[in-house]
Amino acid sequence: MEIALFIIFGLLAVAGALNLLFQRHPINSALSLVVVMMSLAVLYWSLGAEFLAAAQVIVYAGAIMVLFVFVVMLLNAGEEDRTHGSRIAYIAGIPGAAAIFCLLSFVFLSERSHLGSTQIGGYLTSAVSNISEVSHALFTSLLLPFEVTSILILVAILGAVVLARKEL
Amino acid sequence: MSHLNHFEIFLLFSIVKILIVLVITLLGVAYTVLLERKVLGRLQNRWGPSRVGPFGILQPLVDGLKLFLKEDMMPLAVERPLFILAPIIALGCALISIAVVPFGATTIVDGVDLFQIANLNIGLLVILGVTSIGVYGIALSGWSSNNKYSLFGSLRATAQMISYELALGLSLVGVVLRAGSLSLRDIVASQSAHGALSWNIFGGYQFIAFFIYLMAAYAETNRTPFDLAEAESELVAGYHTEYSSMKFAMFFMAEYANMITVACVATLLFFGGASSPFGHTFDHAAPGLLLTGLISIFWFVAKVFAFLLLYIWVRGTLPRFRYDQLMGFGWKFLLPVAMVNVLATALALSYHS
Repeated sequence: MEIALFIIFGLLAVAGALNLLFQRHPINSALSLVVVMMSLAVLYWSLGAEFLAAAQVIVYAGAIMVLFVFVVMLLNAGEEDRTHGSRIAYIAGIPGAAAIFCLLSFVFLSERSHLGSTQIGGYLTSAVSNISEVSHALFTSLLLPFEVTSILILVAILGAVVLARKEL
Repeated sequence: MSHLNHFEIFLLFSIVKILIVLVITLLGVAYTVLLERKVLGRLQNRWGPSRVGPFGILQPLVDGLKLFLKEDMMPLAVERPLFILAPIIALGCALISIAVVPFGATTIVDGVDLFQIANLNIGLLVILGVTSIGVYGIALSGWSSNNKYSLFGSLRATAQMISYELALGLSLVGVVLRAGSLSLRDIVASQSAHGALSWNIFGGYQFIAFFIYLMAAYAETNRTPFDLAEAESELVAGYHTEYSSMKFAMFFMAEYANMITVACVATLLFFGGASSPFGHTFDHAAPGLLLTGLISIFWFVAKVFAFLLLYIWVRGTLPRFRYDQLMGFGWKFLLPVAMVNVLATALALSYHS
């Protein structure tokens, strides 16, 4: 069951990502990205990380991508133009993407023994609450990175406010 | 049913539950429309629909038939795939979230909970997530219609929904803190000790959170006084201007299904869900699993019905907000108050524990 889910949604994520690249219109690209986010959420869920799956849907698919679509609609962006720069990016991009893919798969395969493993659907049946585990880790062992990240986001928000104020 | 194994029983029960809940929700949607037209009529000193059947009780069926038989017009300049996809997203998301709502007391037969389709341990987050996906239906409908009124309507609706989602989510944090769980069954169970006195709105001191939730929920469902997305006097009909026949009906049904969902969530989180307001005082008077279950469903439906009446009452009473007032209200009033409520609840809980 979990294997079937993994195959279906893994393929869907890859198809969505490819469609994102090949679509000419920004709205279609943004919607393919939503499909990728949702498939990733299902993959997280099938690994037993249901809180992460819900956060993925609410934050990425539900808030950030809505903002993307909203901005595309507001600016009424047209179809993408083929320019000289985009042709260069096209020529350089495919080997670059292939190189990154090879590098990542090499690292993951060679370090497989250190990474540990998980069982597909492993923790879904147990009574351990995912959320309490995540929050326990966040507020004990990972407290400093967590607080630093929140300050980073605060700085970004303040920067956005300052930039917007200047134009008013 | 002894010749069926556990999985087959689970599958059969689930399919039957899904069908029953879907049919009841759609009937509920149809009759909420009738209720709204009747009550609004009375509020405005007229009769409302009264011709089809006794008291106009068959009106929703005839309306549905009319919408089915109307011509499905497809304007030439629309973005075809998205134009068709948008109402499907809107209605689909509106109907999915009802799947995690427990609408009766826990009644387990053959290992299957009869009165809830799926008991997830992140049920509340699922409802929030599905609601936030529902925004795409409205956003895409306005954009793909290729009509400036539709686009304005959907821009307004999208901005309003993502702004009020924050206040909505924060208003629920206090309840989650008190229950210590995101599972809707656990949240209901955390309020079941002393009947109405232990409901979150009274015993849990979450009345501020409740009023924030109520106002944010009106905005989330695009209902008056926050129905700027379909302000007739400014925008023809808002994001569904170009839609006709069943596609329009799907948006219409999605709006009312969303109303029912937020009423269900308010009932579960603040009014003790399917538990009786008298607590366990009269438990001995209703022996038997089935009768207890039916009584709990009665309480749940009564609470949801009261919320729907409140929706209609507000629609018949209050005028529409102006756009800047709407945004100011959401960001400058509801959001800070919700944050203060979260802090106060957390402090009180840590003081008591």
